[in-house]
Amino acid sequence: MSALLSVHGVDVRISGRKILDGVSFEIGPGELTGLIGSNGAGKTTLFRVVLGLQALSAGSVRIDGRPRSRRGAAVGYVPQKFLLDPDLPMRARDLVDLGLDGHRLGIAWPSRKRRARVEEMLDAVDALRFAEARVGSLSGGEQQRVLIAHALVGQPRLLLLDEPLANLDISRGEEVVSLLARIAREQSIAVLISAHEINPLLPVMDRVIYMADGRAASGRTDEVVRADVLSRLYGHHVDVLNVHGRVLVVAGAGSESDLAGHEAVLPGPGHEHGAALEVGLDGVLGAAGEQPPRPEGKAPR
Amino acid sequence: MSLDQSRAPAALIFASGFFGNEAVHVALGVGAAVAIVAGVVGVFTVIRGQSFAGEAFGDIGTAGGSGAFLLGIGPLLGFVIGNVIGAGAMELIGVQRPRGRDLATGIVLGAAIGLGALFLYLTVISQSTSGAAQTILFGSVFEISSSTVPLVILIGAACLAIVATIYRPLLLSSVSAEIAAARGVPVRAIGALYLLALALTVALAAITIGTILSTALLVGPAAAALRLTKSTPRAMLYAAGIGVAALWIGVVLAYDSDHWPPGGRLWPVSFFVVAIVFCAYVLSGLPVAIRERRERRAPAQEPARLGAEG
Ligand SMILES: Nc1ncnc2c1ncn2[C@@H]1O[C@H](COP(=O)(O)OP(=O)(O)O)[C@@H](O)[C@H]1O
Ligand SMILES: [Mg+2]
Repeated sequence: MSALLSVHGVDVRISGRKILDGVSFEIGPGELTGLIGSNGAGKTTLFRVVLGLQALSAGSVRIDGRPRSRRGAAVGYVPQKFLLDPDLPMRARDLVDLGLDGHRLGIAWPSRKRRARVEEMLDAVDALRFAEARVGSLSGGEQQRVLIAHALVGQPRLLLLDEPLANLDISRGEEVVSLLARIAREQSIAVLISAHEINPLLPVMDRVIYMADGRAASGRTDEVVRADVLSRLYGHHVDVLNVHGRVLVVAGAGSESDLAGHEAVLPGPGHEHGAALEVGLDGVLGAAGEQPPRPEGKAPR
Repeated sequence: MSLDQSRAPAALIFASGFFGNEAVHVALGVGAAVAIVAGVVGVFTVIRGQSFAGEAFGDIGTAGGSGAFLLGIGPLLGFVIGNVIGAGAMELIGVQRPRGRDLATGIVLGAAIGLGALFLYLTVISQSTSGAAQTILFGSVFEISSSTVPLVILIGAACLAIVATIYRPLLLSSVSAEIAAARGVPVRAIGALYLLALALTVALAAITIGTILSTALLVGPAAAALRLTKSTPRAMLYAAGIGVAALWIGVVLAYDSDHWPPGGRLWPVSFFVVAIVFCAYVLSGLPVAIRERRERRAPAQEPARLGAEG
């Protein structure tokens, strides 16, 4: 099996509570995988497991066929809800440079090779324009890109991003997502992105891991975003409906209150709370331009 | 003191005997060494938001210094021993946990102040003057014995060596403890080593300007430097420069001050140092303020913006 990351039967208990429950999945190089789940589903905990920062109660995690190790740069990581201190005396360029060997002791001496590598990474994430700016003074989206470059410059095989879209507007989010998809393909690394909503990731995602209450369902998008699979995951009946080229995941009768707990999966305002988990399958069912016209009065968001 | 003002303009600034005075040499040398270490270590104190811990080491130093006086050992040794014990206690209570940090610092600080109060009281009654207490609290850089110099150099070098050794992982964990941990940095051990360097640096600052103001030398120049540059190594350089300048100017002015009112006695060096550091901090805001002013004026020349504003 050529899986880059394989997670097998992972249980995590924190003070007696089961936070992860039999999570298994595999992802391969060059693939972009979405880790979808609402608040508290266990996404961050799963990342910490992969990074070796969270002890397992059961199961195994292998990276490149070897047990996870805590050292080195094999895994790049961009944490959740992360904003840099505006007073940090560092240019965007310096933070990317620190990604090369920031875990090693001592001082790094500048060299032409380092500089070229940093330059290349800044270019890859389209951050050359603000490379000289104090990194904490950049906008959330710009910091995000610098942090991605920081994570990538050490040439990891696996890149984890915890809710990178949470503090970006929609168009910035689309940019970041397509950037990551390109990086995954070009550099042949595995990219795992967590998100509340599946919509922004659909156009680029190779595989999806759906999480709810510490359990996970994974596979190709069309294998997972199905009524039977998601019903089993949520523990009650849900329907997956195709409406005008978009897919809605709708709570079955009598289970509204359960789904209300997953409010974060709900799309923007104007939707009845707890009524539906909306899943736009634009990327799976055709490019955005090929979508059928929407009925009148329902302007696209 | 009478000055022959016609001889040299330098005589206006440097009172007679300044350059030939052994105590002045020690003060300038120790002051420079301490200010350089404080600049380098202080930049990380500010970046990591650990000024409170620095402040606590000042107060712990009061207990250590007065304890040392009662035992008849040198004040520097007292500061160092007190602060290292304090750092250990903070570490044990949990200074590395983000929320536990202020708590741990506060607990140790409280205990140290209590102990310091007792020791200072005992010092004063055993001596029946407040001289020793004055030296511990506000420093007296002219009274540093030249036998202390090797210890100052040793401790200063140790601090710089610690920072140089852990520079990259320390910087990374100051940016984000999470990212550092994910890269395999032993964040807690790195933090503990830095805390040790901080404790030693405050001990050094305390012998020059006293325990109460010791963090001013640590935090002030660094805070000013951070406003002047967006590069960490350069911030350290600037902070060291500001600190050395403040100490040297302070020494010069204090040496001059015996013919200032009330006359016949030297003003405390720490007063001048802190005043200069404060001025440096205020001045360091100027470049940013000027740039912002220019930027605010610049867009007004664009016709589109002009319309929107008018
Ligand atoms: N260190 C911890 N101690 C106790 N509970 C935790 C800890 N970390 C996470 N949890 C719990 O585990 C669940 C999953 O959390 P998390 O992985 O952060 O979810 P997500 O990232 O999907 O929002 C939550 O209910 C959270 O309260
Ligand atoms: Mg999370």
